[in-house]
Amino acid sequence: MALLLCALTFAGVNQFTRPAAAATVYQTPERFLEEAFAGETPQTKTLWITKRRKEAAHQILGRNPDVLRQRYWRLGNQTAWILEEIGKEHPITTGILIDDNGIQRIRVLIYRENRGQEVRHPFFTKQFEGATLKSDRTLGRQIDGISGATLSVRALKRLARLALYLHNEAMEAHD
Amino acid sequence: MSASLRRPFPSLPALAFGCAVFLPPLAAVAQEPPSREEMWQTILTQQEQIQTLTKRLDDATHRLDDTTKKVETTEKKIVATEERIEATGAMVEQVRGAGSTEPGWWQQTSLGGYGELHYNAGDKDEVDFHRFVLFFNHAFSDRVRLFTELELEHSLAGEGKNGEVELEQAYIQIDLTENHRANLGLQLLPVGLLNITHEPPTFFGVERNPVETNIIPTTWWEAGAGVSGELSENVRYDILAHSGLETPITGGSAFKIRSGRKKVSNASADDGAYTGHLNWTALPGVAFGVTGQYQSDLTQGALDVAATLVELHTDIRRGPWGLRALYARWDLDGAAPEALGRDVQDGWYIEPSYRFRTGIGEMGLFARFNQWDNNAGLSGDTQFQQIDFGINYWPHEDVVLKADVQIQDAPMGETGDDRLNLGVGFQF
Repeated sequence: MALLLCALTFAGVNQFTRPAAAATVYQTPERFLEEAFAGETPQTKTLWITKRRKEAAHQILGRNPDVLRQRYWRLGNQTAWILEEIGKEHPITTGILIDDNGIQRIRVLIYRENRGQEVRHPFFTKQFEGATLKSDRTLGRQIDGISGATLSVRALKRLARLALYLHNEAMEAHD
Repeated sequence: MSASLRRPFPSLPALAFGCAVFLPPLAAVAQEPPSREEMWQTILTQQEQIQTLTKRLDDATHRLDDTTKKVETTEKKIVATEERIEATGAMVEQVRGAGSTEPGWWQQTSLGGYGELHYNAGDKDEVDFHRFVLFFNHAFSDRVRLFTELELEHSLAGEGKNGEVELEQAYIQIDLTENHRANLGLQLLPVGLLNITHEPPTFFGVERNPVETNIIPTTWWEAGAGVSGELSENVRYDILAHSGLETPITGGSAFKIRSGRKKVSNASADDGAYTGHLNWTALPGVAFGVTGQYQSDLTQGALDVAATLVELHTDIRRGPWGLRALYARWDLDGAAPEALGRDVQDGWYIEPSYRFRTGIGEMGLFARFNQWDNNAGLSGDTQFQQIDFGINYWPHEDVVLKADVQIQDAPMGETGDDRLNLGVGFQF
């Protein structure tokens, strides 16, 4: 027990000097977009959530989407999405970059739950890179979870599926 | 161009034919040029034709101009309509997001829960709504929040009834830094695989496994204060000081760990305990945990029995394959527990599983081998052994139907409990 307490003190003491945060912002949406598009963030576009898209989103999320219009950013065949989904009680704000080869990047931008923060780390999120959407709107690859973060893992998987679906819709849209 | 103007130019053969037919007779009159009167008439006719064609051209030009203007007007209307739609959409989203015009406490409060119905057949025939649990959580601010859990067991509580109403959690959490937080109040101890997370869709088997039930002892909560958080990208920790167990010192349950739970109900606070826990996520789907606990006197002053718990576990899920394994051991100091063989109480289990998707939901198969002994300090046969195997079916990720068979081998003097178990559970 004494060894455990010493190890915790040694490893963690410098982390207590950082001030407490509200919802933890790991990256702002603006910064995510700058990185995604190499500093040249395109103009915002809008995808209307029509009846057909609403039904598809319902299938993916298990509920109706909260928005009438989904904003996104497009440069060539790349689109970027800032989406939110509730883990256990609070929304997880996530940035997702997609091109013709599937998900290029997924980042947890703002995390509000009190457990399950491990989902923001690259050792978990890199599983999504290259993921595509199957015809039944499930992910085309296995995503292994994190013990104790099941609901947050579930939320990110839903957002990945939704972003891939919306990407396909945006590519076909005429706006 | 009007039809009258689309006169095809004669072909050469036709021209030759015409010349052959008409020239000879014309030759007879060709010698006489048209009169001035005839030529004037021809000019007038052609002039009339030109005027007609000019008028038609003007009419067509006017129609084209009108059409162009209408297209421009329509495009402007489309742009205006899109602007109105955008504004309407923004207003609807704003109203939907605002909800009530006045902020209220309910906007920071969330409700959740779980429940499970059991049917047990075999050596024991019984149907029981084992647990109905409600979570009420409230965020006082971005940094301070409340977690509570209220449970009703066995449907009916009260004098002479089988059930109980229990407060399993009621603690305040305060964010200290980005990665660390304080927890103050009545809380579940961070030990084992099921003590923190035991909603029915999250584990295999209708009943919770007997090792964690009898040795941990799940579900176990105490009152205390502690801190928890992340030490690194994949290492979590919990440490807390809390109220301790109080085991009986006489009778059949003397020094039995599970009998020491007081559930923070007028519980003695003479001797507290300290718990430390580390969880390491080696890679997605692979986690290891270790817990250590020390209590200076398990009898709260009746005797002097210091107790130490060590618990190790792994929780692996890679693709469809899963594996859970756990070992837990209590060591109690003192002659009294040693005399009963309860100076050592330990157990372990291993549980492989396989999950797969179907067109109507997800299914999982599992098997579990359990051994536990609350009298491990004795040299004789005092160990329980149990084999479980069964199936879970999730029609939805938050709803589960379960069926399993339990074959229990009891030590001499005890009775094994073989069962067919059926259950339905949910969480929200």
